[in-house]
Amino acid sequence: MVSQSLKQAFATVVGSDNIMDAEADKHSYSYDAAVLDPVLPSLVVRPTTMEAMGKVVKLCNDNGLPITVRGAGSNLSGGTIPSKGGVVLLTNALDKIIEINEEDMYAVVQTGAITAKFANAVAAKGLFYPPDPGSQAVSTLGGNVAENAGGLRGLKYGVTKDYVMGVNFFDVDGNWCKSGSKTVKCVTGLNIPQLMVGSEGTLAVMSEFILKLVPPPQTSKAMMAIFPDIMTASRTVSAIIAAKVVPCTLEFMDNFTIGAVEGYAKVGLPLDAGSLLLIEVDGHPGQVADDAEKVEKICKDNGCIRIQVAKDAVERNKVWEARRAALSSLARLRPTTVLEDATVPRSKIPAMMEALDKIAKDYKLTIGTFGHAGDGNLHPTILCDRRDKEEFHRVEQGVDAIFAAALALDGTLSGEHGIGLAKSRYMELETNKASVMYSKRIKAAVDPKNILNPGKILGE
Amino acid sequence: MADLNQMLKMLGELDDQLVNCMRCGMCQSVCPVFAETGREADVARGKIALLEFLGHEMISDTKGVKDRLDKCLLCGSCAAACPSGVKAVDIFLKARAIVTAFIGLSPVKKAIFRGMLSKPKLFNNLLAIGTKFQGLFTSPVNDIIGSSCSKLLSPVLGDRHLLSLADKPLRSAGNLNTAPGKSGLKVAFFYGCVVDKMFTTVGEAMLKVFKHHGVGVYMPIDQVCCGVPSLASGDMKSFEDLVRMNLKLFGKGDFDYIITPCGTCTSAFHHVWPLMCSDFSQEERAQIEMLASKAMDINAFIADKLGVSVVESAVGAKKVTIHDPCHLKKSLGVSGQVRTVLKANPNLDVVEMSGSDVCCGCGGSFNLQHYSVSTKIGKKKRDSIAATGADIVAAGCPACMMQIADMMSQAGDRIAVKHPVELYAQTLG
Ligand SMILES: Cc1cc2nc3c(=O)[nH]c(=O)nc-3n(C[C@H](O)[C@H](O)[C@H](O)COP(=O)(O)OP(=O)(O)OC[C@H]3O[C@@H](n4cnc5c(N)ncnc54)[C@H](O)[C@@H]3O)c2cc1C
Ligand code: SF4
Ligand code: SF4
Repeated sequence: MVSQSLKQAFATVVGSDNIMDAEADKHSYSYDAAVLDPVLPSLVVRPTTMEAMGKVVKLCNDNGLPITVRGAGSNLSGGTIPSKGGVVLLTNALDKIIEINEEDMYAVVQTGAITAKFANAVAAKGLFYPPDPGSQAVSTLGGNVAENAGGLRGLKYGVTKDYVMGVNFFDVDGNWCKSGSKTVKCVTGLNIPQLMVGSEGTLAVMSEFILKLVPPPQTSKAMMAIFPDIMTASRTVSAIIAAKVVPCTLEFMDNFTIGAVEGYAKVGLPLDAGSLLLIEVDGHPGQVADDAEKVEKICKDNGCIRIQVAKDAVERNKVWEARRAALSSLARLRPTTVLEDATVPRSKIPAMMEALDKIAKDYKLTIGTFGHAGDGNLHPTILCDRRDKEEFHRVEQGVDAIFAAALALDGTLSGEHGIGLAKSRYMELETNKASVMYSKRIKAAVDPKNILNPGKILGE
Repeated sequence: MADLNQMLKMLGELDDQLVNCMRCGMCQSVCPVFAETGREADVARGKIALLEFLGHEMISDTKGVKDRLDKCLLCGSCAAACPSGVKAVDIFLKARAIVTAFIGLSPVKKAIFRGMLSKPKLFNNLLAIGTKFQGLFTSPVNDIIGSSCSKLLSPVLGDRHLLSLADKPLRSAGNLNTAPGKSGLKVAFFYGCVVDKMFTTVGEAMLKVFKHHGVGVYMPIDQVCCGVPSLASGDMKSFEDLVRMNLKLFGKGDFDYIITPCGTCTSAFHHVWPLMCSDFSQEERAQIEMLASKAMDINAFIADKLGVSVVESAVGAKKVTIHDPCHLKKSLGVSGQVRTVLKANPNLDVVEMSGSDVCCGCGGSFNLQHYSVSTKIGKKKRDSIAATGADIVAAGCPACMMQIADMMSQAGDRIAVKHPVELYAQTLG
């Protein structure tokens, strides 16, 4: 509960229009895209200036109120569920693109800026910001940095962390801190910007970023390769990388997902295909032609049934239409969609697919898998009805088994969706006790009252 | 909807639909209201979360829920973009009905919906009086758009720039019932409230089109509102009354198609009536299904059934840009046909605006309840229109025409607002 006088203090800082404490508003800040139980905050605050943001943080700390920062609330790990109540701090009014520097190829941008809008603004200046999470039409750069979001282009261009040059933030006392630089090289002090990346709102409230920009590729070529089974497709992934071709995108879809996409989006996928690779190579024209030819040959040599190389923009778009439709097509089959993020070394994809198959059988679950094969980042997607308690219990067991399988294959709990509430209990399984303790010490040092997104990543 | 059983049934149906929302938040990228307010309760995901609470816990703050539900244009942009296929507008219509049944309609709305729309004679007489005296209270501001503004400081009208009511409503032409001509087709003409009372020229253009193409017309003048405004206010009783009144006139189905100039009316026949009238008698349901299968927007009728040829635009032609009304494009999938219809006019050069299918912010009673948000959304639409340098903006929905006229008149633009059928009819002898 927030007392009337404290509420008044927040109102003085952000204006009474920018605080919400009505029951009917609090419900819509109690969840995110993770399938977890909602928790209501006590108060929702939407600062419209950086100065106000800092004051909000200080007010919370002075009064021991937990703070959950919320960008678009599109994360899939429960990162924005205010699990300890307190204040939900909205960043979506702080969405300015402050500078796009074409000469030095960086941008300065506020935390609430929407990823796709930013990427478009950059593109309009002839530059390129590659991280492109599937949620880019809504997700904020703050959310991307805090989750270290990836995307379809991760294989060649890396993920959000590879573009963060600087992070400005408020510490828990509301002091404004500056870290990183506009220079390409900077080794001043601890690498604070990278400490912030993936910290999921547990270490500070970030305000602005300095982001690296790169020249856009001159051209690209997309293709869709159809395989009889998962093994041939997986072998092809390894063979492409081994041939030293690095596609910008190398995506995978299993037979179940192909069926779902065809059933809904009808893009002309063969229903008897065991799996599908969607591949795009980019760069300058000579390189692209060369790489496309190599990839085509490798696919054929590895047992691909058919390969469709896009001849023009319309055909290229068709390839991506199939990929974009994957989640929608699966989501429409059952009421609840549990999208997971198990990631393994590329060579272990076949083993992981076998494990997923077994888990589906063992727990009687419907699982469709698609994802970023080039990164080993798979999205097994469990379809269920969360109202059916018995079924949902099996889903929870299945999720445990998926992570156990990924870890047993030298994989990781999260390729891109973060740990949040959803996976904090597995942390020690991937790292170790001492390592978790080390992280907890960092957390305790910068946030002694444990008010910054408490319970996330590191558990209780 | 006084019946508790009906309400419980609806709640059950609602729960089945709510659970499909996967909380991905993708609706944020298309919701015009969220773009202005940044509040989660204003976008589909937030409203759905709220309703889940309503369904499960039966309420501590019904009024709060109602206020949040009302802050929605029912534009369907969220549903059209939802990866999970959540039919948000269907959910919101049902939810508004349930919540309104809980707290009862406001006295003002009761007077409007029960007293006027569902008593068409009274409504029409009142409007006739209004028409006579409207000049006393307003002064003209823009001759191209035909708008006026309030002379008095009126709390109801605010800063709006209004279009005048027609001197004589369309219905004053009397009942029509003509035989099919050379097309061999006969249509029922459902003109809808705004075309009857304000944009009579649209109705006249349609009659001209029917005549030119040899289409028989059945136009009973006792027809009443399609019911969507009542429903949007959660007033099921008025809605059901209106549907039944219309069924009496159109239920026999002695025509090939029922044609309207309004995306909302067409989608009412097509989608809303079948959705919301599950408790009607078997006979009534059959009539509703029949009308759903025969309902068609005028643009689609001209392009798909009558068939028109596209002509190249002439040099020095007038530039026309197109606003795609939400119900027309997102609910009925009619957008290409509008272009075909306009391109049949050799004097027009069609120039596309950016975001032609972005909502204009009218949303019926949303404009009354949330005029400032409605205007902010509308101004963006006005800017997109103005940026094209067009002389005319065409919109296949009378409500959008009113909103766009208001926005452009306030900005001092000299751009005419027309229904596509008016521009098509100009080409006919
Ligand atoms: C349909 C769909 C597709 C997706 N596709 C991808 C994908 O391809 N790749 C991928 O990596 N993810 C993907 N995601 C997950 C999600 O979109 C990303 O994690 C995204 O980065 C979250 O951004 P957001 O603005 O929604 O952040 P939120 O969900 O609002 O917040 C995420 C976390 O960041 C913290 N945070 C936000 N802003 C700040 C700040 N200023 N300071 C401190 N902490 C902050 C929050 O407290 C929270 O812990 C997808 C999600 C959906 C629903
Ligand atoms: S886009 Fe659809 S599934 Fe996603 S939050 Fe909105 S309504 Fe729910
Ligand atoms: S119907 Fe329109 S205004 Fe209402 S929530 Fe959906 S997109 Fe927003």
